[in-house]
Amino acid sequence: MKRARLGRLLGTSVLGLAGRLPLASAASGWDELNMPRGVTSASKSIYALHMMALWVCVGIAVVVFGVMIWSLIFHRKSRGAVPDVTLTHSTKVEVVWTAVPVLILIGMAIPAARLLLKINNNTDPQVNIRVTGFQWGWRYQYVGTPVSIISKLSASSNDASQMHSGIRPTAVPHYLLSVDHQVVVPVGEKVRLLITSIDVIHSWWVPDLGVKRDAIPGYINEASFTIAPNRPGIYRGQCTELCGRGHAYMPIVVRAVTPAAYQAWLKQHSGPPSEAAARLPAAAVTST
Amino acid sequence: MAELHQTAAHAEHDHKPQGWRRWVFATNHKDIGTMYLIAAGTMFLIGGLAAMAIRAQLFKSGMKLFDPAMFNSLTTMHGLIMIFGAIMPAWVGLANWMIPLQIGAPDMALPRLNNLSFWILPFAFTLMVASFFVPGGAVAGGWTMYPPLMQQFGAAFPMLIFAIHLMGISSILGAINVIVTIMNLRAPGMTLLRMPLFVWTWLITAYLLIAVMPVLAGAVTMQLTDHFFGTSFFNAAGGGDPVLFLHVFWFFGHPEVYILILPAFGIISEIIPTFSRKPLFGYEAMVYATASIAFLSFIVWGHHMFTVGMPVAAQLFFMLSTMLIAVPTGVKVFNWVATMWRGSLSFEPPMLFAVAFLFLFSIGGFSGLMLALVPSDYQYHGTYFVVAHFHYVLVPGAVFAIFGGVYYWLPKWSGRMYDMRLAKWHFWLSVIFVNVLFFPQHFLGLAGMPRRIPDYAPQFTDWNMVSSIGGFIFGASQVLFPYIIIKCIRSGKPIEANSPWDGAHGLEWELPCPAPYHSWQTPPSEAMLAHGTGH
Ligand code: HEM
Ligand SMILES: [Cu+2]
Ligand SMILES: [Cu+2]
Repeated sequence: MKRARLGRLLGTSVLGLAGRLPLASAASGWDELNMPRGVTSASKSIYALHMMALWVCVGIAVVVFGVMIWSLIFHRKSRGAVPDVTLTHSTKVEVVWTAVPVLILIGMAIPAARLLLKINNNTDPQVNIRVTGFQWGWRYQYVGTPVSIISKLSASSNDASQMHSGIRPTAVPHYLLSVDHQVVVPVGEKVRLLITSIDVIHSWWVPDLGVKRDAIPGYINEASFTIAPNRPGIYRGQCTELCGRGHAYMPIVVRAVTPAAYQAWLKQHSGPPSEAAARLPAAAVTST
Repeated sequence: MAELHQTAAHAEHDHKPQGWRRWVFATNHKDIGTMYLIAAGTMFLIGGLAAMAIRAQLFKSGMKLFDPAMFNSLTTMHGLIMIFGAIMPAWVGLANWMIPLQIGAPDMALPRLNNLSFWILPFAFTLMVASFFVPGGAVAGGWTMYPPLMQQFGAAFPMLIFAIHLMGISSILGAINVIVTIMNLRAPGMTLLRMPLFVWTWLITAYLLIAVMPVLAGAVTMQLTDHFFGTSFFNAAGGGDPVLFLHVFWFFGHPEVYILILPAFGIISEIIPTFSRKPLFGYEAMVYATASIAFLSFIVWGHHMFTVGMPVAAQLFFMLSTMLIAVPTGVKVFNWVATMWRGSLSFEPPMLFAVAFLFLFSIGGFSGLMLALVPSDYQYHGTYFVVAHFHYVLVPGAVFAIFGGVYYWLPKWSGRMYDMRLAKWHFWLSVIFVNVLFFPQHFLGLAGMPRRIPDYAPQFTDWNMVSSIGGFIFGASQVLFPYIIIKCIRSGKPIEANSPWDGAHGLEWELPCPAPYHSWQTPPSEAMLAHGTGH
C-alpha cells in the first residue's frame, strides 16, 4: 500500500517532469501533476499556452541557472579562483539582457493576447444559463425555459465531511466533487453562463471547460464554452473564491450530453414554472 | 584609525539608560532595531504555528482537526501575521540597525518618532492575535479581506481593522524616518549614487509605504463604516460595489508585495559581492531597475483580478504591464549572476542563503510570468499554483534574505561569531524542505486544487502529504535560528577585526565589532568612504 503510493508518486513526478503525462482527465478525474487539456477549444488552447510558457521558463532557467552553477563550481575561492574586480559593468551585455527578455516577452504576449480575445467572445450563444452562487451551492436557471435547479454538495460527501463522521473519503464516490443535482448542457453547442451571486463573492470553475469566472453580488458576469461534440461526459470543478465556512463544499458538476438528450432532459424537467424561474424575466438576463 | 578610537572612547562615556527604561524610552537606533527584530521573530513564530496547524489539517483528505471556520481563521491570520507582523517589521528592524551604520550617520534622524513607531506595534499585534479569542473567532475572510464576506465576522472584525490602522501608522512613521535619515544624515561625500544598495532599496520601499498604506487604511475604513455606520461603499444592495474594494485593495496590494521584496534585493546585493570578492556588477542599473520596479508596481494591480470580469482591454493592459516587470527583475538577477561570474566565491551562511535566494526567487518569478498570461491565469487563479508562486517569492525570497542579512551582520551587532556549522545545518534543512513544502503545490494547483480549503478530494492527498511533511521539517528547523543567535550573543567567539568577512566593503565594516552604542559621532573620512564604497 505504502510502497504503491510511493511508486506512483515517483512515477508521476518523472513523467510530469517530462511533461508527457497521458491525460485521461475527462473520464477518470484529474491528472495529478499538470493542467488538464480539457474538452473545449478554449481549454485546449489554454493548455497549449501554459505549456509554451512553461517551456520558455524552463529554457531561461537552464541558461541562467547554468551560468550560476558554472560560477558556483569553477569560480570558487577554494579552487584558487582570483576575482576579476574590473568586471563591474558592460553596456553591451546590459543592453542584450534587457532586449532579449523584451523579445521573449513579446513572443509570449502575442499568442496570449490573441487567445484572450478569442475566449472572451460571448456572442451568439445557443444556450443561456443563469448561474447564481450562494452560501453554499449554485442555482442554475435555463433562460427561456422554466427549468431551474439548485445544486449542492451530494449527501454522501456531506455526511462524510461532518466533524466526527468516521467515513473514509475514499469510500465516498467523488468525495467533495459530487452534487445532488448536476447541471446538464449539450455538447457541440455554445453555452453562455450569466454568473452572479446573492451573498458573497464565489467563483465558478470547471478546469476541463477552461472557464473560471467570479460570481459577484450586483454584477452579471459572462462566460461561454462549447464542449467538443465527441466529448459528452461529466466534468467537475469547485468554487475558487473564499466564500465562508462552506467554501470547500460547493462543487460544480457539469453533465454534457448530446443535444437530443439535452432537449429531452429539459422537457422532462419543465414542470409548471417554479417560482424562482418565474421571477426572472429572460429579457432582464440577456440585456447585459 | 584615530577616529575610530575616538568613536570607541565616546561610546564608553555614553551612559545608556539601564534596565527597562533603556527599552521603553529607547531612542537609540540599535536598541530599536533589536526590538523590531525580536518582535518580528515572535510574530514569525506565531504565524509559523498557524502554518503548522494548516499543514496538519491538510495532511490528508478527510482530516478534521479543525472546524472549517477555524481553518479559515488560521489561514487568514497566518497571512496577515506573516506579512504585517513578521516580514515588514523585520525589514524596519534591519533598516534601523544598518542604515545609520551604512551612511555614516550617528542615529536615525527622528529618534523619538522611531520609539513611537516601534511601540505602536505590540499593541497592534496584541489586538490582532487576541481576535482569535473573542466570540466568533478571528476574521476568516482571507488576508485580502474581500467584502461582502468580510462583513460576516463578529467582534474580531473591528479589532483587525484597528490593528491594521495601527500597523499602517507605524509603517508610515518608520518610512518617514528612513527617508529623512537618508536624505539628511548621509556623511559628507556619501552621494546618492555611492549609497549601498540596501539603503537604496529601503529608500524606494519607504516611498512605496507612504504611497500605499493610506490606501489600505482607507479601504478597510470604508468596510468599517459599511458595517457599523450604514454606508454602502461595497454593498451592492445599497448601490455600492464590492469590486471597488478589490481595486483599492490591490492598488495597495501589489506595491505591498514589493515592499516585502525590495529590501531583500538590497541585502542580496550586499552579500553577493562580499562573498564573490568582487564589486556589484551594474550598480547603477540595479538602482534604476529597483526604481522602475517600484513605478511599475503601481500599474499592475489588475493581475490579481483577471477573473473578476474586467473589460478585455483592461485585462490586456494589466497583462502587458505585469509582463513588463519581468524586465527590470531579470536585470537584477542577471547582475547578481554577473557579480558571481569570475569572482572568488566562498560559501559562508549568508552567501548560502543568497545563492538559494537567486535560484528560488527566480522560480517564483517564472511562475509569476506564467500567471501574468491572462488565459492561463483563468486556470491558475485561486488555486494552489498561486500559493506556490507567492510562497516561492516570500519564503526563499524575503525570508531567506532576512536570514542571510542576520547571518551577515550578526557579528557586527554582537561582536561575536556564531556557530557556522549549525548555521549551515539551518541553511541546508531550510533549503531542502522549503522545496519539499512548496514545489508540490504547483502540481496541486494545476491539477485543480483550490486554495483556502480545509478539505479536498482524495486524489490530491499524495502531494499534500509531501507538502505537509516538508512543512513540518522546515518549521522545526527554524528553531535553530534563535538558538544560533542566542548562543552567539552569549558565548560566541569575540571578533578582533572590524570585519569577519575578508571581502566586505561598506562603512559598517569600518567600525569595530560590535558597533559602538553611538557610532559615527564624527563622520567617516573620505578614505574610509572610498574603501567602504569601493569607488
Ligand atoms: C516577476 C515578478 C512577479 C510577477 C510577474 C508576479 C505575478 C503575479 C500574479 C499575476 C499574481 C496573481 C495570481 C492570481 O491570483 O491569479 C500574483 C500573486 C501574488 N504575488 Fe506575485 N508576481 C511577481 C513577484 C512577486 C513578488 C516579488 C512577491 C512578494 C514578495 C509576490 C507576491 C505575490 C502574492 C502574495 C500573491 C498572491 C496574492 C493573493 O491572491 O493572495 N509576487 N503574482
Ligand atoms: Cu467559495
Ligand atoms: Cu501583484
